[in-house]
Amino acid sequence: MMALDRGDRPGRRDRDLRITTRTPWPMMLPALVAVLFLLLPLAGLLVRAPWTDLPQLLSEPEAFQALRLSLVCATAATGLSLFFGIPLAWILARSRRPGISVLRALVTLPLVLPPVVGGVALLVALGRRGLVGRYLDEWFGYSLPFTTTAVILAETFVAMPFLVITVEGALRTANQGLEEAAATLGSKPFATFRRVTLPLIAPSLVAGSVLTWARALGEFGATITFAGNFPGTTQTMPLKIYLLIQNDPDAGIALSLVMLLVSVAALALLRDRWLSSGARL
Amino acid sequence: MRRNTFSAVAVLAAATLSLAACGGSSSSGTPSASSSSGPSGEITVFAAASLTGSFTNLGKAFEAENPGTKVTFSFGPSSGLAEQIDQGAPADVFASAATKNMDQVVEAGNASNPVAFANNTMEIAVPADNPAGVDSLDDLTNKDVKVVLCAQDVPCGVSARAVFKNAGITVTPVSNEVDVKSTLSKITLGEADAGLVYVTDVKAAGDKVSGIEIPADDNATTTYPIASLKNSKNADLAQAFVDYVLSDKGTAELGTAGFSKP
Repeated sequence: MMALDRGDRPGRRDRDLRITTRTPWPMMLPALVAVLFLLLPLAGLLVRAPWTDLPQLLSEPEAFQALRLSLVCATAATGLSLFFGIPLAWILARSRRPGISVLRALVTLPLVLPPVVGGVALLVALGRRGLVGRYLDEWFGYSLPFTTTAVILAETFVAMPFLVITVEGALRTANQGLEEAAATLGSKPFATFRRVTLPLIAPSLVAGSVLTWARALGEFGATITFAGNFPGTTQTMPLKIYLLIQNDPDAGIALSLVMLLVSVAALALLRDRWLSSGARL
Repeated sequence: MRRNTFSAVAVLAAATLSLAACGGSSSSGTPSASSSSGPSGEITVFAAASLTGSFTNLGKAFEAENPGTKVTFSFGPSSGLAEQIDQGAPADVFASAATKNMDQVVEAGNASNPVAFANNTMEIAVPADNPAGVDSLDDLTNKDVKVVLCAQDVPCGVSARAVFKNAGITVTPVSNEVDVKSTLSKITLGEADAGLVYVTDVKAAGDKVSGIEIPADDNATTTYPIASLKNSKNADLAQAFVDYVLSDKGTAELGTAGFSKP
């Protein structure tokens, strides 16, 4: 909230106070309820946390394993999203071909699709008996489900659209005059993209990457459906937490705290880069 | 100004709370009428995933015999359901796939006097075409056979590991699934080569999977207890449903599904 005010109102501290008192109370009340609603569950997590047993709960090798796997997979998924997502975003933003808006709607579908459905879709497409997966199995004797690769793919499937829409938005609003200038000076299209366009959209690229990474990190439904759940191979933090909560709630809450911490860190990074440097969604 | 705002918030919060309370107790108005003309109203039954088929049928039959009643089910892993009940989930009846999870609910003071209503045993399930050619427990130790099991804290996972212990073998699964139905789905989809599920699940899956019997000496039996819950808003109806499950009709329905009498 404060961060939003910051942009157009310099000297934020004292001014913020005055803004608060000027807010009409019919707005104030629902806003307060919203804040409470959003923060109360997190406070609950802190209150219920088994603080004394925390070091012991977190030093479990399986917890560390799950955290490591989560970080590795989310990072890999972000990498894949960048490699394939940036060109896609560029085409969506620049192409004048008919049907491009339909394409945009289709590739951002995973944003609104329940992740479990995404997992089922991945299974019937890339699973051992799937549309494409059966050939992987027949020709190479390789099957994706139950592998770490499957976790990365599930996360990429769910998270890449975040990157695509963020970068596409930035490409649309970027100053194309600069690209044209580069072109008239003899720069080849790909060189222009690499040396003019990419630096122009850098802030959005960072914001999009953080969003994508955070979404991948929290992925649950598609992962458990497509990749399964096995410690060290496919069991990421959300899966581990889900199973722990049923049996050992304290340990589950302890791991939830770790995820909360990681999320706060990601958000801090996002806020600084995203809201202050003028990047747009 | 500030004071006013705060009292307004307090009023609103109070209003919200009382509204929520109303929402929760909406079914409590009905049981008073029930004393004269049999049970009526709605209940929610938390039942182990392995009971999905038979309890859905039982629920329909129960509703048909008792017009004006509605039974809603929430199926899932018994361990998860028990935890939800202890966290205050609005359930009226709990049917668990293991005594351990029922004991947890009883110890927390949320139920008393659970009754055993069915027994279940384990079977090896393989996809209909049995791609890995599994025909015994020993085949599951083969590294090339993709085995899925229930997670080790879920009743079907506990039983599966008991079977391996009885047979003296070590099996490394490719996945620990959250409950028996998701274990089975990995087999029906042909993604896994084999899995250990209940006899009743193999039966329910029809011709999509085939079952391979486990020798009686190695097999593990689980007993399913049922109880109405302390926090039920409609205790009469909850008890009526429990009685129905324990009745001859209930036993017959469970028998068709492959359960045995405890």
